[in-house]
Amino acid sequence: MSSKLCIGGIVEPGSTVINKTGSWRTFKPIYQKEKCIKCGICELSCPENCIIKTEDGYYEIDYDYCKGCGICSNECPRETIEMVLEEK
Amino acid sequence: MSKLTVVEGSYAVAHAAKVCRPDVIPAYPITPQTHIVEELSKFAANGEIGACEYITVESEFSAISALIGACAAGARTYSATTSQGLALMHEVLFNASGMRLPLVMTVANRAMSAPLSIWNDHQDSIAQRDTGWIQLYAEDPQEAADMTPQVYKICEDNKIMLPAMACFDGFILTHVYEPVVLLEQDLTDEFLPPFAPEHILDPSNPKTFGAFADPGVYSEFRYMQELGMSAALKKIETVADEFNEIYGRYYGGLIDGYYLDDAEIVLVAMGSVIGTIKDVLDELRAEGKKVGLLKIRSFRPFPTDAIRNAVKNAAIIVPLDKSISIGKYEGALCTEIKASLYNTKIDIPVLGYMFGHGGRDIPPERIKKIVSEAEKAIVNGITIESSYVDLREELL
Ligand code: SF4
Ligand code: SF4
Repeated sequence: MSSKLCIGGIVEPGSTVINKTGSWRTFKPIYQKEKCIKCGICELSCPENCIIKTEDGYYEIDYDYCKGCGICSNECPRETIEMVLEEK
Repeated sequence: MSKLTVVEGSYAVAHAAKVCRPDVIPAYPITPQTHIVEELSKFAANGEIGACEYITVESEFSAISALIGACAAGARTYSATTSQGLALMHEVLFNASGMRLPLVMTVANRAMSAPLSIWNDHQDSIAQRDTGWIQLYAEDPQEAADMTPQVYKICEDNKIMLPAMACFDGFILTHVYEPVVLLEQDLTDEFLPPFAPEHILDPSNPKTFGAFADPGVYSEFRYMQELGMSAALKKIETVADEFNEIYGRYYGGLIDGYYLDDAEIVLVAMGSVIGTIKDVLDELRAEGKKVGLLKIRSFRPFPTDAIRNAVKNAAIIVPLDKSISIGKYEGALCTEIKASLYNTKIDIPVLGYMFGHGGRDIPPERIKKIVSEAEKAIVNGITIESSYVDLREELL
C-alpha cells in the first residue's frame, strides 16, 4: 500500500494500527489458563495493551501488537505466562 | 514621505514584530541578549499587541519548543535569539522545519563562546545552516525591521511552510540608534494576510505532527522540505517587490548588487559590513576601479542561479566571511560560492577573506586592502585561497 505523504509527517490518529509491531517479537508470551487466578496484574502491566480480558474473566494475548517484552510474564505472581523463543 | 524616528535597532525590530500581530511570543533572553523581546514584553504588558500571549519560559530550548506548540496550534509566533541561545535551540530547530512550522525568529548575530564574546559575527546562524530554516540577512536596522513582515509572508506560504531566521548583526545593528521608519500598522495589515495554515493541532480534529518515518519514507520528507526551499527562492523575490509597492522600500530579493554590472572585482558579503563596503566602493569607483558588491540577502535557500548570473563576467570573486569552518580555514560564503561555480562554464578565481570575527571592527582601509590584494591576484594568480585579512600576527 502506498499513499501520498503529507508535509511535516502529519498524520491522522490511529495510523499505528497499520503497523503490526508483533513482528518485532523474539520471545512469545504463552498464557496458561489453568494456572491463572484472574488477578489482572498482567493486563495492567502490558505497555502495549495486548492482554485482553475474555468473557469468562480469563485473558488472551493480541499477538498482532505484542512485542514480546516479557513484562507480563515477569509481573505474574503465578508464573502463568511463559516466554518462549519464537521461530519464524 | 514616511516619518523617521531615531530608535535603537532592537526597538525597530520589536516594533516590526508587533505590527505583524503575533499571537504567541515565548522568550528567554539568555546572555548576551538584545532589547527585542524586552520591548515586546512592554508592548504586550501595555495591551498593544492585541490578545498576544507573552510567555516567559525557562530557557531558549523551551522558547523554541513553545514556539513549535503554538505554531502547530495555528498561532503566528515570534521570538528573538542570539549566539548561545540559538545553539541551545539546535535540536528543536530541526523539529520546527521537519514539522513544516513557519516560525519566525530574529537572530541577532553574535560570536560563539569560547572564548567568551558578546560581539558580532555570523558563526551562530551559519552553524545552523543545515537545520532547514530559511535565513535572510539584513544590512541595517531598517532592513531588519522591514524583513520581519517579509519573512512571515514568505514562510507562511502554503507551498513553503518552513521556519525562518531574519538575521541582523548583533551589537552593530541591534544596539545602534538610527533614524528608521517604524512600520505602519495599516500598511502591514495590507501587506501581510493572517496566518491560515492547512493543518493545525486541534483536539476536535486530532493529528500527529512529525510522526515516525521509517527508512522507506524518510528521504521523501527531506525532499519535500527541499521543494519548500525551492518555492521560497521565487517567493523571496516577489515578496520584496510587493513590500516595495506597499511601503516603497527595497533591498534586493535573494541578492542585491552595488556597481555590480560591469565589476571586475566582485566582493560578496552579508550583513552590516555592506554599508562600509558601499562607502568604500563609492571612493574606489571615483578612482576608476571596477569594483562591485554582491550582497547575499538569502543564505538559505542559497541563490545559486542568481549568483552565477551576477558574477559570470567578473575577473575575480572575493567572498568576505564573518564565519569560519575550522579545519577548512574558510567561511561559509567562500565555500558556497565556490561550490556554486563548479560544474559550470564559469571559470573565475575565488579569493576568500575572513574578517570581523568576535566583533573586530572592519574599517574602510581593510576593504581597500582586500581590493588591492584582489587586483594583484588577477595578475599573479591566487596563492592562498582563503585567509584572515585582519589576523594580528604579533599576538601569535
Ligand atoms: S510480552 Fe509485553 S507486549 Fe506482549 S503481552 Fe506481555 S507485556 Fe504485553
Ligand atoms: S498476572 Fe498471571 S495470574 Fe494474574 S491475571 Fe495475569 S496471567 Fe493470570
